[in-house]
Amino acid sequence: MKVLRSTLVWPLVALVVLLVFNAVASPGFFHVEWKDGRLFGTVVDVFNQGARVPMLLALGMTLVIATGGVDLSVGSIMAVSGAVAAMQVNAGAPMVQAVGAGLGLATLLGLVNGLLIARVGLQPIIATLVMMVAGRGLAMLLTGSQMVPFANRSLTWLANGSVGGLPVPVVLVLGLAVVTGWVLRRTAAGLFIEATGDNEKASRLAGIQTGGVRLAVYGFSGFCAGLSGVLEAANISAADPARIGDTRELDAIFAVVAGGTALTGGRFSLAGSVVGALLLQTLTLTLYNQNVAPAVAPVPKAVVILAVCLLHSPRLRARFGKRTQPVAA
Amino acid sequence: MKRQSFLRVAGLAAAVSFSACKPSGSGGGGGGGATGGKLVVGFSQIGADNPWRTAETESVKAEAAKRGIELKFSDAQGQQEAQISAIRSFIAQGVSAIILAPKVETGWDAILKEVKAAKIPVVLVDRGVTVSDPTLFATLIASDFVAEGRMAGEWLVKKSGGKAGIIQLEGTTGAAPANDRKKGFEAAIAGSPDMKVLASQTGDFKRSDGKNVMEALIKAHGAAITAVYAHNDDMAIGAIQALEAAGRQPGKDVTVVSIDGMGFAFEAIKEGKLNCTVECNPLLGPMAFDAVAKALKGEELPKQLVQEDRLFDETNAPAELPNRKY
Repeated sequence: MKVLRSTLVWPLVALVVLLVFNAVASPGFFHVEWKDGRLFGTVVDVFNQGARVPMLLALGMTLVIATGGVDLSVGSIMAVSGAVAAMQVNAGAPMVQAVGAGLGLATLLGLVNGLLIARVGLQPIIATLVMMVAGRGLAMLLTGSQMVPFANRSLTWLANGSVGGLPVPVVLVLGLAVVTGWVLRRTAAGLFIEATGDNEKASRLAGIQTGGVRLAVYGFSGFCAGLSGVLEAANISAADPARIGDTRELDAIFAVVAGGTALTGGRFSLAGSVVGALLLQTLTLTLYNQNVAPAVAPVPKAVVILAVCLLHSPRLRARFGKRTQPVAA
Repeated sequence: MKRQSFLRVAGLAAAVSFSACKPSGSGGGGGGGATGGKLVVGFSQIGADNPWRTAETESVKAEAAKRGIELKFSDAQGQQEAQISAIRSFIAQGVSAIILAPKVETGWDAILKEVKAAKIPVVLVDRGVTVSDPTLFATLIASDFVAEGRMAGEWLVKKSGGKAGIIQLEGTTGAAPANDRKKGFEAAIAGSPDMKVLASQTGDFKRSDGKNVMEALIKAHGAAITAVYAHNDDMAIGAIQALEAAGRQPGKDVTVVSIDGMGFAFEAIKEGKLNCTVECNPLLGPMAFDAVAKALKGEELPKQLVQEDRLFDETNAPAELPNRKY
């Protein structure tokens, strides 16, 4: 019974159910081959496409949500960082400098969110909504509203290359997730974030600089969004200021919630968010594989999302637990 | 309040001066027919968010300059409200005609009634409007999306000898170009039983989504894929990238067909990666001003004028590439 109380178990159950369904219904779903020095297959796509956007955005979003906030601006920040990196390489800058500029500006925009929330006292949903609109505008302004194609091999390698057979984004993002989790759990930082989300006033009275904590999580969320934007631009060798990251903040929020981090703040699970993102991506690819018509595809998606959320609901689980207990005893 | 009543008076003045048989060189700053004085035409554009739209704007501006027409241009930056206020100011300035590229289909009744009251003909370009009274605009000049899809389908049937395993990358679900381009294409291949659509998924008109969807479908259908039909050039480019990453040769062992005819698509045809693109011509300026001239003469125009779209493949694309304006 103890294992059922872990929040991680439910998205994992949903993921396993989905995988079993694919094992039966989609021949070749688990087929992985070695091609041109890299792994190639649908499962690799789940990790690769999942890492580039939902997983990366969910990393930052998890910490923001753990403080009781939300970050709606991640999609727009993606557009800004992708545009900046593309324009930098087109101006002749080396890849590292271009990516650095994109990530730097993205982090800065995240910190502006944090300042508006922690220092000015705006509601997170309002502050980041402002940034969502302003960020998209900034990306359009920088690029003159036009797509910015580029032909820099090292930048496209970031999304299309491989390290030890694995796609670079997978290595980068899983690496970032592990390091982030390790830092947060080995230091008091994770505890401070949870405390801020649980009870900000009490945390402040206990000596936690909750303002600083908030500033940091929004800055980190901006950084993650920036990296995601750079990877998305690198993937197609072009930055698309109008449409990159559009509505992807919702994917991130879903991944976090499916992973067991409550929107009310407090306890968070980075591993849960990673699994949530994988669940979302597996679902998307399953629908492609089954050739579900695009017009009805949102319906099965909604059903799975609802099922996972219901599994997380304490009230429903209590009822479920009561019924099964006599059988188990 | 004062400003608004001024506008209304100006609009009324315009209405009076543009009675049915326009006296040439009438007052109010407008100038009546094409013969007397300089003709003033207002053009309300949605925005400049993509090269297609920018090309459309340039086409209208260039044609106005060519015909010696004074063009009042307004960029609404994607806002319908801004378009409405621009039209209102066109009325106040006493323009002879208005060209409008509407942002959305609905919500134009009130403002177009004001325009009609001022006896100013309206020529719609590239998108239609839903209005209660069809006399609120003179005509709509647009491409026929169904015909575009049909041209792409017919070309593919001929190219593949009537046998192909096709992946269709659809545009944004529910959008008119996506629905119509699908309809036209599927009608064109319906007569050939060996033309099979293996999968049809949306790439949302985006390059990145086109690539993601194609990556997935390559794994699901493998060697059965011999052709890709994308509803726009961006998704075709994304599909080409995915095919190349999977070790296929787009343009050779997989035939790639798309719609729009953007400059980068012509370059892809030249490189041999894209096989064919059907243009969706944004250069509507000449037709728009022809329609304006006819409407000002009081001629009755058909409610829709179809812009002719051409098809480009490796035989004619390289020669056309230097002429592409978008």
